[in-house]
Amino acid sequence: MQNDVVLTMRGIDKYFPGTRALDHVDFTLRKGEVHALMGENGAGKSTLIKVLTGVYEKDAGSIWVEGSEGEAHIHSPQDAQNIGISTVYQEITLCPNLTVAENMFIGRTSGGTVPWKEYEKRATEILNNLGIPARAKQELSRCSLAVQQMVAIARAVDMNCKVLILDEPTSSLDEKEVEMLFKLMRDLKSRGVGIIFVTHFLEQVYEVSDRITVLRNGQLVGEYPVSELPQVELVAKMMGKDLDDLEDMEAVGAKSAGKAEVVYEAQGLSSTDCRPYDFAIRRGEVNGFTGLLGSGRSESVRAIFGADRVTGGKVRVKGSEVKISSPHDAMKHGIGYLPEDRKRDGIIADLSVRDNIILAMQVMKGFFHPMSKAQMKEFADEYIKALQIKTASQDTPIKSLSGGNQQKVILARWLLTHPDYLILDEPTRGIDVGTKLEIQKLVLKLAEENMSVTFISSEIEEMLRTCSRLIVMRDRKIVGELTGDQLTQGYVMKTIAGGDQ
Amino acid sequence: MSSKKRASSGLGQLLIPLIALGILLLFNLLRDPSFFSIGVAVNNSGNQVLTGNLISIIDSASELAIIAMGMTLVTAACGGQDISVGAVGAISGAVLVKVLQAFGAITGPTVLLALLVSILVTILFKLFNGTLVAVFRIQPMIATLILYSCGRSIAYWINGDATPQLNSPILSAIGMTIPGIPVPTPIFCVLLVGLLLALIFKFTNISLYTQSVGINQGAARLNGINPTAIKLLSFALLGVCVAISSLIGVSRLGQLNHKTLLVDIEMDAILAVAIGGNNLGGGKFKLSGSILGAYIIQMLTTTLYAMKVSPVNVKAYKAIVIIIIVIAGSPVVQAKVSALWKKLRSGRAAASKEVG
Amino acid sequence: MSGKNNRRREPLTDAQLLMTISIGIFVAMYVLAMIFLGGGFLKAQQIFDLLNDNSYLIIISCALTVVMIGGGINISVGGVIGLTVMACALFLNGTGIAAGPLGIVIALLLALGIGLAFGVGMGFLVSYLEIQPFIVSLAGMFLARGLTTILSVNPVKVAHEGFGELVKAKIKIPFLGYVAQNGNLIPAKIEIGTVVAICVVILMYLLLRYVKLGRNIYALGGNRQSALMLGINVKRTCFSSYVISGVLSGLAGFVFLMHKPAGNASVAMRSEMDAIAASIIGGTLLTGGVGNVIGTFFGVMILATIQKIIALSPLNASWWQEMASGAMLGFFIILQSVVLSNRGKKAKN
Repeated sequence: MQNDVVLTMRGIDKYFPGTRALDHVDFTLRKGEVHALMGENGAGKSTLIKVLTGVYEKDAGSIWVEGSEGEAHIHSPQDAQNIGISTVYQEITLCPNLTVAENMFIGRTSGGTVPWKEYEKRATEILNNLGIPARAKQELSRCSLAVQQMVAIARAVDMNCKVLILDEPTSSLDEKEVEMLFKLMRDLKSRGVGIIFVTHFLEQVYEVSDRITVLRNGQLVGEYPVSELPQVELVAKMMGKDLDDLEDMEAVGAKSAGKAEVVYEAQGLSSTDCRPYDFAIRRGEVNGFTGLLGSGRSESVRAIFGADRVTGGKVRVKGSEVKISSPHDAMKHGIGYLPEDRKRDGIIADLSVRDNIILAMQVMKGFFHPMSKAQMKEFADEYIKALQIKTASQDTPIKSLSGGNQQKVILARWLLTHPDYLILDEPTRGIDVGTKLEIQKLVLKLAEENMSVTFISSEIEEMLRTCSRLIVMRDRKIVGELTGDQLTQGYVMKTIAGGDQ
Repeated sequence: MSSKKRASSGLGQLLIPLIALGILLLFNLLRDPSFFSIGVAVNNSGNQVLTGNLISIIDSASELAIIAMGMTLVTAACGGQDISVGAVGAISGAVLVKVLQAFGAITGPTVLLALLVSILVTILFKLFNGTLVAVFRIQPMIATLILYSCGRSIAYWINGDATPQLNSPILSAIGMTIPGIPVPTPIFCVLLVGLLLALIFKFTNISLYTQSVGINQGAARLNGINPTAIKLLSFALLGVCVAISSLIGVSRLGQLNHKTLLVDIEMDAILAVAIGGNNLGGGKFKLSGSILGAYIIQMLTTTLYAMKVSPVNVKAYKAIVIIIIVIAGSPVVQAKVSALWKKLRSGRAAASKEVG
Repeated sequence: MSGKNNRRREPLTDAQLLMTISIGIFVAMYVLAMIFLGGGFLKAQQIFDLLNDNSYLIIISCALTVVMIGGGINISVGGVIGLTVMACALFLNGTGIAAGPLGIVIALLLALGIGLAFGVGMGFLVSYLEIQPFIVSLAGMFLARGLTTILSVNPVKVAHEGFGELVKAKIKIPFLGYVAQNGNLIPAKIEIGTVVAICVVILMYLLLRYVKLGRNIYALGGNRQSALMLGINVKRTCFSSYVISGVLSGLAGFVFLMHKPAGNASVAMRSEMDAIAASIIGGTLLTGGVGNVIGTFFGVMILATIQKIIALSPLNASWWQEMASGAMLGFFIILQSVVLSNRGKKAKN
């Protein structure tokens, strides 16, 4: 048994000014296993990984890696690589302007010159070996995100890594690509590589992992074989509380909007990125767009908001025909949109929490009507309290907040404009379970207050809990509209996959 | 942590430039206290004027300070700098003179009209730059390289080879002093432009919009801001600044020389923005920093002149001081220094504990 | 599936496409000049003249290309040329060892040394203290120009005999020559500086393509954060790119002196902007990661050819030359922007 262990971390402590990020954490990784590292945001997952990869220095504890004598001393990412620990991050950490082969070998071969022929030969071998659909000479920027991620993994594997850390590798991949990645992971597993898998997708954990280690508030909760830890219990351990909250939600459920007024209606709406489609939503209704990533669900709602160039269609807001060709038009007609990619499209990183909250409201008031400082402060305070945003002050730049709190700020931004119709595209992506639940509850509360909401999520369960109507998309077309009894996980899945075939 | 610190102290960004200014003042005080003396003299148009190094610093930095304000906006919105301000300034001057020559008489209204035409033309040229940047997504430095390399030729083309002389009490009132007011007029021009911008900042959202666009253009657009318009606006405002500076420059000499009018001012203006602690990559900005930067640069030049450094050699000394200022402002150096400071302090604390 | 289509030709990368465009335009322009202006353009010597007159510009353009690929900028190159020209001119006019043939070697070392010093200094400030490259190299430019006038405000002509020989020395190629009106064959003449410049282009091409440092510079410009994660010493790579550009500017100064053996305060004034323009026309992006010195070489040739065309046309005047260069630059910049954004759209679909 002991021989199987490839990595042991014992009693790891890490302090940051004012907080203890890791408190005596133990972690053990065995050869040829996929080990999920789970925890809410701030539980210490990323700190632990950063200690392991040499980004942070640990304050106490010891690390042993199979194959190296005695304790491992890791002071830089370079050290970590040298003793066989490789990391593949969520954001691609390769160079888009270099070829696939070069990305696999640059920065880690000896000698002063570049043996192109050899690079390409070896790269082709590795790509074939791992079944990665890329060509050695291809420029990396011409590969899909998933393939880029796989190239990063191929690089790590070729470096004879014993420990492969996959930090949220699936968050930007669609289902097919995730399958490809999992196949690669299983393959590596069978070659004896120990894989640490960090993700927010619970289902994925159960699909590929052998063991789960749960952290909470910088402390180890425990290590469990997957078969002995049901999903509900995992969530409970991560959150450290009972699942009453979850059950509450289930009880509330989503109610149908019935015959309320139609707030927004589009006929043949299309944009540069989405095909013509019809859509309508009633006052107080929560509907969802679902489908695989790339099915066109985000593109469809972006067209509603005028985020991409609108190319056609008739739009009615509260019965009267209007023209929405830019986000500003949409905002004027009472539509709000929380974008899918928070970092890229949502936050204004260097601006304060306050400026980020009042931004949309300020824009709606107009260029020539700036709000007073006092008013801004009041609004910011109100929403920081209402949404329980954890921030040192209003003046803190939003970039120093955690992902979940950033998302709450963006939500606050739109709630402040009191929209009639709010579009939330993946509001729960990449944030901790607790905040996820808060956001779901908030959506239902807003609906009760007569706001119409479109809610998009990769997690179908989440949508079933909040939406009373689901629009299912496949290959950029609407393939079904589900309500009432049809709203079950099985039926939705079937429709997404193409139930009629 | 560090970002929190920076956000909480509004003065943070201005600290280094203020220290630099303080050291320059102190240096001059120790070197020769008469540097600060201010006197009254009669200039060649017979007006009573204030004289002295301080007055001349504030006076001669006027064009730079005005352009630096516009440059700050462009930098913040576009994440790059306009290197064509000097060359376009020559065009503004050429247009100004052309219009004045067309009128034949230099009177209050004709100067005003000529200035308006000049502002308009300058804005058009700046919008050309702005379009390349905002619509064609070309890096500002590259987009403005075009007019940098041929702007002065265009000025020449407008006005021919001559260096027209413009002798007029009105122009000398603008370029030097208004009879009865002993303070050089360009100083008032800076105040006027500053006030104008302050009013624009007060009554519009330009600051919030510009910073949003500079930090995250995509997100700004999804919040209803039109990034293209904001970038064009920043270039247009820079155009106004350039045209006004050009008027001052022409009035000062009473002549137009398309080769030397506002020459090399783009480099000083970018320096002023950087010395003022603004990020040349765009985003958050402070106009006051850039204005301070402009006066620091001029103070430095005047100090060197006062030290009898030949004008052609000033550049070398200027370079050294600039390097020192930017090194002091470098985050890496600041982090190292503060770490060292902490170490020293904790060492001292430990030592005092031991003693206690 | 992946291995089998390995033989297939890869589509042109952005850099290759932009370079191909500029080579195409250069050839088209030159052919048009041959047809409509004839005269000088029909002689091979015309090309060599363009090279001889612009050899220093080719070298500093390569210097800028290297820095720009790494995501930086260096506007001090013209200033460094001015300083080296002045320093070498003064040195060569000295007595003792400087007056002998060895003086030329020492002058060359002096030129390279000045360039190296500037490269090391600016490289340190940019890479290790993380100060904005524009400001650092602006200060470098001020320093170099200031030092030039401190050395001498007045023009300094080189009186060194041996160096005079070097200036006059030309490689003659008879079969590329032409028959003058009096019936004599005038061979094509190539200056030593041109040979040096061509060597620099080849060396830089090899460096950027086959040497690790070169590839690391591409990686740095492509994505600094990624380059770091890939195990590249980002700071050292960035530092090296400035050192290379510094040394090349020193060399360019020496080449300039071999072309025009006199130093004065305005030598190579504003040539940094010409070098940037040439790099861009050749397909280098200021954003970094994309570019190639072969393209840059053609960028210089395009700018030089335009000036020559204007000089031979009825519009002969410096302001027309400037306007034509500006218009050409504008044309290329817009063309690149359109080409790249169209490609971006295609890749997305």
